[in-house]
Amino acid sequence: MKSFTYERVCTPAEAVSSAARVQGSKFIAGGTNLLDLMKLEIEAPAHLIDVNGLGLDKIEATAEGGLRIGASVRNTDLAADQRVRRDYGLLARALLAGASGQLRNMATTAGNLLQRTRCPYFYDTNQACNKRNPGSGCAALEGFSRQHALLGVSESCIAAHPSDMAVAMMTLDAKVETVRTGGAVRSIPIAQFYKVPGDTPHIETVLEAGELITAVTLPKPVGGTHIYRKVRDRASYAFALVSVGAIVQRDGTGRLALGGIAPKPWRLEHAEAELPRGAKAVVDRLLADARPTPQNAFKLTLAKRTLGAVLAEARG
Amino acid sequence: MTKVSFTVNGRAQELELDTRTTLLDALREHLHLTGTKKGCDHGQCGACTVIVKGRRINSCLTLAVMHQCDSITTIEGLGVSGNLHPLQAAFIKHDGYQCGYCTPGQICSAVAVLGEIEAGVPSHVSGDLTTQPQATTTELRERMSGNICRCGAYSNIIDAITEVAGDRA
Repeated sequence: MKSFTYERVCTPAEAVSSAARVQGSKFIAGGTNLLDLMKLEIEAPAHLIDVNGLGLDKIEATAEGGLRIGASVRNTDLAADQRVRRDYGLLARALLAGASGQLRNMATTAGNLLQRTRCPYFYDTNQACNKRNPGSGCAALEGFSRQHALLGVSESCIAAHPSDMAVAMMTLDAKVETVRTGGAVRSIPIAQFYKVPGDTPHIETVLEAGELITAVTLPKPVGGTHIYRKVRDRASYAFALVSVGAIVQRDGTGRLALGGIAPKPWRLEHAEAELPRGAKAVVDRLLADARPTPQNAFKLTLAKRTLGAVLAEARG
Repeated sequence: MTKVSFTVNGRAQELELDTRTTLLDALREHLHLTGTKKGCDHGQCGACTVIVKGRRINSCLTLAVMHQCDSITTIEGLGVSGNLHPLQAAFIKHDGYQCGYCTPGQICSAVAVLGEIEAGVPSHVSGDLTTQPQATTTELRERMSGNICRCGAYSNIIDAITEVAGDRA
């Protein structure tokens, strides 16, 4: 690990001003992903700003009838919150499908949104990777690509986004609240938060350098049946091959997002219009745009069947 | 070098550490509490599990300097020879290990798991998110999935935890 200086800050304003002042700064909260990447020197911050003491660990009701989830609320606490379990079951289920108990106790809401891909070529510093080392190429294109993405991919990168929680946040139309250098705040709809790789796969979100996530807000509950179905190689503690987040209403309308198949949680807005006509119509619409490799083409069938199972479960 | 103070197994400790020192290395290399084990050092195996502020975490994936004023419990703090924690005794009774390398992490994790179930924290296999979870085999297996046992003592580990959970109920 490269050496770094370390600082604890007490307010979001202090955090962003410190990040602006010290070149090569990174915020650290749970650290479960960042520290792992630092050990491999894939991340090598010169300065770590510990944002655990900012008081961003509360879940509060909003005036609009939704919830404001502080950036450092731990995954365990978010999944266990009674309001989340009752009104946003999809979010609780997605969180509980991810990682292990130990990791969920550390991992934060903001950190989960920002976790990096688990593409093995991103992790292996001997391999070409445009995300880790822009311009070096993509070893996954001709490599072992069974886990990789097939929607939203480019010639530069086929890495999949690893988060379960983010699939739920995408389905729920969450907003990401931030503060920037100088103190300006903004609220970013999650549909606009992530970027697809194009020819700049190292740029994963619209966040600016030194911009700090302070909260994630959820709109008023929309009711319906909430389902998060995750298909993986083990029954527990593994990343998704395919996952489906769904909210289905009694009249058959609803919302869908997929995990494990794209560089960001993949909302199926266009396909949602087809939802009352069943899984096949949804999937045909969606997967027409897929660019699978020979090794991950099985995810097309898997996504279709998982969606079918989810819609059957929603009908009861 | 940065100073950090925390409490380990009830004893106040003050250390001056390279900022890169993980909590795991601080415990093992600086405080010589070698009960906590280093397995993968990447948060995948659970051998380094300790309990911080009442919660189980992977001590390899957190920096020691991030634990100013925290209260930390390691396997040494749960029980000692002659005065074992009920879970330590149950692991021996049920032969919940072979080589024993993962055992401190398994036991720290299991102690916290029983606390999580008591506190009503749901899991991936909980049928209903709004009711109190029970310490069933299915629940224990899911909740212990972050602790890998290369010897494959899983069924005996679950037997040991089940016995302690039953005694509490």
